[in-house]
Amino acid sequence: MSLIVCRDLVKTYHLGEMEVRALRGISLTIEAGECVAVMGASGSGKSTLMNILGCLDVPTSGTYVLEGTDVSTLDGSRLAEIRNQKIGFVFQNFNLIPRTTARENVQLPLFYRGAPASVQRALALRALQRVGLADREHHHPAQLSGGQQQRVAIARALVTNPSIILADEPTGNLDSQASRDIMDTLTQLNLEGITIILITHEADIARYAHRIIMMKDGVIQSDRPAGDTFGARPAPQEAGA
Amino acid sequence: MNFLLMTVLVAFRVLGRHRMRSVLTMLGIIIGVGAVIAMVSIGEGAKAAVQARIASFGTNVITILPGASTTTGVRTGHGGAVTLTTADMEELRKIPGVTDVGWARREAMQVIHENKNWFTTVNGVTPGYLVIRGWSTVSGDFFTQSDVDTAAKVALIGHTVAENLFGPGEDPVGATIRVRNMPFKVVGRLIAKGFDTRGSDQDDVVFIPFSTAERKVMGTRFLGSIGAGFLSAEAPEQMAPVVDEVKRVLRQRHRLRPNQDDDFTVRNQLDLAKAQEGASEEQSMFLLIVASISLLVGGIGIMNILLVSVTERTREIGIRMAVGAKRRHIVMQFLVEAGVLSAVGGLIGVGSGVASAKVVSQLRGWTPIFSPKVLVGAFIFSAIVGIVFGLYPAFKASRLNPIEALRYE
Repeated sequence: MSLIVCRDLVKTYHLGEMEVRALRGISLTIEAGECVAVMGASGSGKSTLMNILGCLDVPTSGTYVLEGTDVSTLDGSRLAEIRNQKIGFVFQNFNLIPRTTARENVQLPLFYRGAPASVQRALALRALQRVGLADREHHHPAQLSGGQQQRVAIARALVTNPSIILADEPTGNLDSQASRDIMDTLTQLNLEGITIILITHEADIARYAHRIIMMKDGVIQSDRPAGDTFGARPAPQEAGA
Repeated sequence: MNFLLMTVLVAFRVLGRHRMRSVLTMLGIIIGVGAVIAMVSIGEGAKAAVQARIASFGTNVITILPGASTTTGVRTGHGGAVTLTTADMEELRKIPGVTDVGWARREAMQVIHENKNWFTTVNGVTPGYLVIRGWSTVSGDFFTQSDVDTAAKVALIGHTVAENLFGPGEDPVGATIRVRNMPFKVVGRLIAKGFDTRGSDQDDVVFIPFSTAERKVMGTRFLGSIGAGFLSAEAPEQMAPVVDEVKRVLRQRHRLRPNQDDDFTVRNQLDLAKAQEGASEEQSMFLLIVASISLLVGGIGIMNILLVSVTERTREIGIRMAVGAKRRHIVMQFLVEAGVLSAVGGLIGVGSGVASAKVVSQLRGWTPIFSPKVLVGAFIFSAIVGIVFGLYPAFKASRLNPIEALRYE
């Protein structure tokens, strides 16, 4: 069974009189353990696709089956549960809650899962360890560098042991060194078996993936492997940037 | 439960982060609750004082005043005619439900003890009157039926009279005072009752046997005519039937035709209490309105600040939704914040209300009464106000689209 099976996803927005067709029929299958980069210029529909894959939004038509569950018809409450259990988000601007310690930020998904406080703390600490920030558990986001903040965000994404980590321009706000660190961290997690979907417009970043999906005007333009082995960096021209 | 507890902790932290803002927001609730607590407590104290005054008149007392005869069309006031006699009162004693009967006549006159004198009201009374009015002595004793029978020259003196005729610490019992130039032996000094409901001093009084007053001190136009009659009923619920029966018996004894007005007036102590109750009910109503308005204002303040908070924390709400918060979690979070704000405000309000009632009472010599029901009620009500006014901001927060909220700058 494939992890993600999308069929004919269409998403139409209504902006007043105007109808914006952000997705015009996307069909896509992603297997567990893959690392996929979704690329495209702004307005290509990659953010809309990511919102639907992340269960933050539902398609206007088409089906999206995640681990055997058709999530395209679920209500808000069920979608929240799916997000909580199966999806970890990593955002461009980190999206940590300010004035709240790193550990508490990481605990947040467990909090909404209703886990006991002691379990929350233990799992959050383990997640922070995995991203190398165990010694920063009491730091507030403002006391951390951009790269550290993003690693806290990754810890938050993986604390629930999700099926997918959805990373939306995870390095967009970071310098090149921090970007490499973050990508190495994600790569490591992928090696440990977590499926990673990267949304990016940077070819350098897409190179970390082993499959690259190019989007344009709401449809998939190309979908091809980036290289034979994960972590091997293909030449730029092969990345299709 | 776990979730709620943690939400409360988070709420305290969030509110603690904006301490000034939180306190200012709570101010409306604090002032509202504080003012209500202070006013109610002082009001309850005042009410209790009035009730004590009513009770000082005696319990379940029915007063019968003669007079208001209309035979010539000119109505005299109470006591204007000889229409109530000791014989009438002896007849009323037979009414079921009546426990004691007494009567009195009074006249204002000078009383003298050695080189001191005092102008007071001298009452000729029966022992029954003293029982009905709930008098008792601090020293000495009441005069007896035999004193009444023999028209003995004995007197009971009230607290005010004793203070004015005798030196401090001097026991008047056994002393001789002069009333209308006749020597009276003081047999008892009465307890202090204070002022009655009309504000006159109940202790500025001298009691002598009714017979003595009638025959030796005041004189009479008609032997056996009395100034006022008093009955006490067994229980409050018997007051009304006894009053009806008193009227019937007196009309019959006075041979009044059905179209004639009563030549007496019956007063019921309960009516007085009822009038007081009505006044205090109106007062409570007024207080309730004031309280509601101030809590309304406080609630609007909370709603306002929560709306600001929801806007400020749009991104946070988006993050929470992205990691799995359901709508109800978001609603709960903001409702709890509203509840914490108003409950803390209510708590401070209760405290400041109690404190200000105490301070004001101290300054003015009042005794406030703090009823736990009112304190707890005000606190709970203020918490509810916060939650009700938190509903709109909370729902607004929960309706945010997570995608837009995450992108909010």
